[in-house]
Amino acid sequence: MRKSRIVGHIAAVFYPFCLVFGLYVVLHGHLTPGGGFQGGAVMATGAALMMVAGMFDEGEREIKYHHYKAIEAFGLLLFIGLAFAGILSGHGAFFRNIWANAGGWFGAPGESGSFNSGGLLPLMNLAVGVEVFGGISVILVTMIRAMKAAERGEDREDGDEKGEDAE
Amino acid sequence: MNLSCCCSTHSPALAVALPLLGAMLVMLIPAERRPQLRGIVFFLAAALGAFAAISAAGWALALGSCDYVFGAGPAFGLPEGALGRGAAGAVPIRIVFHIDAAGALMLLIAAVTSTAAALYALRSEEGTTALPAFQPLYLLLVAGVYGMVATGDAFNFFVFLEITSLAGAALAACRIDRGFAAEAGLKYAAISSLGGLSYLAGVGLLLARHDLLNIAALSQAIQGGGPSATDYAALGLMALPLAMKAGTVPMHQWTPDTYSRAPHPVSAFLLISSQASLFGLFRVAFTLFGAPVVGATSLGAFLAVLAALSMFVGVTMAIPQHDVKRLISHHAVSQTGYMLLGASVALAVLGDAEKTAAFGRDALAGSLFHMMNYAIYNGLLFLAAGAVVWRTGKRNLDDMGGLGRAMPVTMLCFGIGALAIAGIPPMSGFASKWVLYESVFRYSPLLAIVAMVVSLLTLASFVKVFQAMFLGPARKHLAEVKEVPLAMAFPMLLLALATIAIGLFPDVVMQRLLLPAADALLK
Repeated sequence: MRKSRIVGHIAAVFYPFCLVFGLYVVLHGHLTPGGGFQGGAVMATGAALMMVAGMFDEGEREIKYHHYKAIEAFGLLLFIGLAFAGILSGHGAFFRNIWANAGGWFGAPGESGSFNSGGLLPLMNLAVGVEVFGGISVILVTMIRAMKAAERGEDREDGDEKGEDAE
Repeated sequence: MNLSCCCSTHSPALAVALPLLGAMLVMLIPAERRPQLRGIVFFLAAALGAFAAISAAGWALALGSCDYVFGAGPAFGLPEGALGRGAAGAVPIRIVFHIDAAGALMLLIAAVTSTAAALYALRSEEGTTALPAFQPLYLLLVAGVYGMVATGDAFNFFVFLEITSLAGAALAACRIDRGFAAEAGLKYAAISSLGGLSYLAGVGLLLARHDLLNIAALSQAIQGGGPSATDYAALGLMALPLAMKAGTVPMHQWTPDTYSRAPHPVSAFLLISSQASLFGLFRVAFTLFGAPVVGATSLGAFLAVLAALSMFVGVTMAIPQHDVKRLISHHAVSQTGYMLLGASVALAVLGDAEKTAAFGRDALAGSLFHMMNYAIYNGLLFLAAGAVVWRTGKRNLDDMGGLGRAMPVTMLCFGIGALAIAGIPPMSGFASKWVLYESVFRYSPLLAIVAMVVSLLTLASFVKVFQAMFLGPARKHLAEVKEVPLAMAFPMLLLALATIAIGLFPDVVMQRLLLPAADALLK
């Protein structure tokens, strides 16, 4: 695949915008349509843009496959950790929204539509956003790697031989 | 709040939450550099989840039932109307775990088998390419199964069904075996999503008609009013895919591929995930719709025919097999038939209180008994057969022989499992099959005779397998084979011991666990 410098640079310009817009959708998940999943997918679109613009190799130098995997796992861990907050605080059940209407971060009991509301929900959205960004990027990297391997004409023969009586 | 109180209060949630937390933690630990830490976290998560599940089950058995409301406040009380429309017409919106005696039974089964298989997996999957994906997915599968049997919410059941389906499909495919494993995984994924979507459509119909998702509230609404066409449609859409996912004929084709290609400990636990689907079918048919709806249909008789077909087709397909795991997988179809048989007899007489008391209740208890035994002895068979495959590298029975000298413990465990599946006393399989024969005979002698004939064929099949694997002269290419390490032998011995113990004291199990469970479903 021949790289075009123009496409590559334009993609690099758009990449941060994709991330910022995705983050906006994630952070306003408790107020507006969208949320963690959609925002995370938008952020991953940025990564996809860089990959299809031919910046895959450069991107792989910066953020590697296992980084994306770690991002995904971290998002999941954050989500389940927030769900544990109720049990750990001793003030409620699993998935208790302990910050709701409690003052402080996202705890203002103000009028509906206020950004500073929702308790733990915005944080859970953030966790889902991080997870989806990592997860979709992992899928994209895997697919593009397979595509590149096919382009290079890597034969699958030796894999087959290794598989013989692998058990 | 002290820790012990906290554990008992939260145990229903922790049973699901701890394996989930463990899955996420395991993903963060690099598989190449820290394999031991990964193994420890993996096993701890499975064992602690099982501990929480057993504690929740014990709590439910002691109190009759146990509820857990997700996201509830400090009082832990059920919010107004959480289990039915409150006096003020409050709509139950919270997600609720409702564990009755039947759910407690399933939790116990899943806890024991998941821990045994996890311990086995520590050695059997060590160093394989499947390992990095295997550990988190296995924990996800465990969490999904606990959720399926504990949940008190029809939609929530679908969520856990999807978790087990996805994790199960990925687990079946995670050992790259020249495309066979990928095919097995894809097949499982396709069947599961089809079943899941059908179930979801049924839930959608019920939601549209009754505005409810909570199972207790829904069953009140359905059984209180006269049954409508919507209810019948929802029953069909929800019950049949669950029977399919449990692996009954005519949609059993995925079972041999998926069970036989999955890593060995996964095969043992995938059985429980299929059983959770079967349990979902019981929940839908007995608890959700109950006598007013099911009694007016011929669902029971229909399922009884499917059960007889499953028993017969499964065992006749098993006899000519040469791949040992594939053979056991076909037997799994046949055994699923037994489990469905008792329950379908109970369903067929559900509208008739006299017959239910005379033999329907016993048939259902026999079904649950067989589920419990099957989980243990068929898991044991998969683990023991897996141990042989692991040591010899051969799956074909024609390539084995004379292994009894080299692997005496494995031979003992496989023998106990084989006797149990064939229904030979004093193993557990005999006790549950006997209860089934007696109760099913009073509904239809023909079905009972089919069950007995199938049992004989099962015995014949396992005599062949046992002989081919362990007896006969030693084979030259198997001269280097040794016994499996203790970490793999111990879970097998544990399951073998359970098989014998249940077979020796069936009365205790029946009175303490099974009859309360059957009553909870029939209530």
